[in-house]
Amino acid sequence: MTDVDDFRTQTRAWLEANCPPEMRLPMASEEDVCWGGRNWKFASDAQRVWLERMAERGWTAATWPREYGGAGLSGDEAKVLAQEMRALNCRAPLNSFGIWMLGPALLKFGSDAQKAEFMPKIARGEIRWCQGYSEPNAGSDLASLQARAEDRGDHFIVNGQKIWTSYADKADWIFCLVRTDAGAKKHTGISFVLFDMATKGVSTKPILLISGKSPFCETFLDDVRVEKSNLVGTLNAGWDVAKYLLTHEREMIGSVGDRTVARPLGQLAASWVGLDAQGRMDDPLLRAQIAEFEVDEAAFRLTLERAGDMAKARQGHPAYSSILKYYGAELNKRRYELMMAAAGTDALEWETPRSRHGALARTWLRTKGNSIEGGTSEVQLNVISKRILELPGT
Amino acid sequence: MALVLTEEQTMLRDSARGFMTDSGPVSQLRKLRDTQDADGFSRATWQRFADMGFTGVLVPEANGGTGLGYVEAGIVMEEIGRNLTASPFLASGVVAVTALRHGGSEAQQAALLPAIATGDRVLTLAVDERTKHSPQHITLQATKGADGWVLNGAKNWVLNGHVADRLIVVARTSANDNDQAGITLFLVDCIALGIVIENVRGVDSQSTARITFNNVDVSTDSVLGTVDNGWPTLQAALNAGRVAAASEMLGIAEEVLARTLLYLKARKQFDRVIGEFQALQHRAAILYCDIELSRSAVLKALQGLDANTENATVLASVAKAHAGKTVTRAVQEGVQLHGGMGMTDEFEIGFFIKRARVLQELFGDSNFHMNHLALLKQY
Repeated sequence: MTDVDDFRTQTRAWLEANCPPEMRLPMASEEDVCWGGRNWKFASDAQRVWLERMAERGWTAATWPREYGGAGLSGDEAKVLAQEMRALNCRAPLNSFGIWMLGPALLKFGSDAQKAEFMPKIARGEIRWCQGYSEPNAGSDLASLQARAEDRGDHFIVNGQKIWTSYADKADWIFCLVRTDAGAKKHTGISFVLFDMATKGVSTKPILLISGKSPFCETFLDDVRVEKSNLVGTLNAGWDVAKYLLTHEREMIGSVGDRTVARPLGQLAASWVGLDAQGRMDDPLLRAQIAEFEVDEAAFRLTLERAGDMAKARQGHPAYSSILKYYGAELNKRRYELMMAAAGTDALEWETPRSRHGALARTWLRTKGNSIEGGTSEVQLNVISKRILELPGT
Repeated sequence: MALVLTEEQTMLRDSARGFMTDSGPVSQLRKLRDTQDADGFSRATWQRFADMGFTGVLVPEANGGTGLGYVEAGIVMEEIGRNLTASPFLASGVVAVTALRHGGSEAQQAALLPAIATGDRVLTLAVDERTKHSPQHITLQATKGADGWVLNGAKNWVLNGHVADRLIVVARTSANDNDQAGITLFLVDCIALGIVIENVRGVDSQSTARITFNNVDVSTDSVLGTVDNGWPTLQAALNAGRVAAASEMLGIAEEVLARTLLYLKARKQFDRVIGEFQALQHRAAILYCDIELSRSAVLKALQGLDANTENATVLASVAKAHAGKTVTRAVQEGVQLHGGMGMTDEFEIGFFIKRARVLQELFGDSNFHMNHLALLKQY
């Protein structure tokens, strides 16, 4: 028996013994997703116990070093843990921008003191984070951001506005890009700082989207004091940290096209539209569009699989995530256009319980953001043409 | 199995790439066309192709081949696509070999596979009767004769039929047109009495044949597989042909993009290289994404054929449908982005658009396979 097999057996036994039965049921609502943080109200004792037990074992951030709240697992071991959790239908104990995004950047760029201070708390779900990148006038051209941090000796004073800050109204802390050198060229002169959202001068306002309520907020910063000890990486070199973090975000969003849907789109659509006498969807043109979509979707899934295999074989291109982000986003938009077309007027009811309060229509509208957030499709195509195809230009 | 090439497969790719570039470049196809070569491919190149071990890549070592697999055959096809090397490899080395291995008796395999591997004999599948691929529509009739079978009917677009030594003829022995049952495969010598072969030069400058069968007598032991039950073997041969054609289309798409990128980086207008224009960059980048998706679908389908997995048919249709869509986009973008030069016969890009159209049609176009997949998924 290999070490990995051993690990699998032990992992399964531990999960069996420690994952509360309630945490193995499918999630029924948003409250079942645990985000942690100092204001978190656990939906149940089981949710609390599950997070505590997993954090205790270092398995909320399993590949992080033990000293920083992880379990120091290898990539293969972490894969086994994920597989075993899936096999037992265990819910994720914690959803966290801290684990997915900030943690990896802290590991690479943070000081020893920052790692020691923040990472264990992130792993235990004690700090909920939000990301302060975009500004009203800095979207695709993120490096033109204007929120400025003035040097006041041992601290900065930050003024400006952020937008599209997910869960800013619920987060405890923010990782934020600010301009620390107004005279420098765009990409230089930006710094990466952390501060508490309860600091005086920070306020937030939720953004209502075309789909209805959303986690997005506007975040206003008026004379906010940020200690210099919370500067991550070098002063004016925050763009490197931001780029590193964006790659993680792109991979996360790129995988939206991969979310397993219980039934293939064709069968789902046929169940709504009906079949003709030959057993074909009773709308030949919609059927053709769906058949084409399914071929593209199959090829995309195989490309996600191949991207993983290439990375393992060290054949991957660093900009490959832009292909996945671009295509995954466009594909997801197509899927929901086709679902709306297949569902007809049933999907147009906005508030009825019958339509689960317009659930499909709201999701359809929300997918329009897939090709905007995390770098627009057009920005991804720029990255592909410049970094992979090596076409000239700025 | 990981969706990357092994070290050995990468070496094979490099050697196939070198061989096609040196011995079968596009300029060779142009010369064959301009001299109205009767074969439509170079016999000398075909001999060396066999000597390199490519022709027999799917033939077991016991039968004189190299005993490799479909991934390897796909690698060879992709390099053929990059260079438009004309050869009977797809018809003989892939489709016919698959039919023989799937349905052939030991005696048939021993008699035919070694000569295919050396390139001395060319076999090809005669299936299509309609202008659109539709393999259940078989009306070529095989009736019981005094001493075997008698074939009557016609076949269309038989790959390399003009140079073939034997045909694998898909005939109807019972049931009705459009039934999978009642189909039988026959190995038929091309010099048999009653066979008329018309050499048809295609838009791609390669040759196919229209073949008519007038009371052609074939012996009982020329049946490949079993009477009335030829469909599974036909399906296996077609799937191999589909994925191989998809590999060739992938090679074409990649080559066309590579040539187009070179042009975008060199051609100047308005005092700058046109590759600086975002309108053109984005078209190239979208095409690149399509090619990456096709590459995944093709490699997975080749692996599916090797492992003989249950979903090999689904994977073959996904690969053929997707690569067909991709190559259609690639060659059209290739011509457009080359501007007026793309329209000239002097530029080689035109050879690629012509070959791509033929491959799109071969063994079912993208629409055929998307429809096929929808039917398999019951919608």
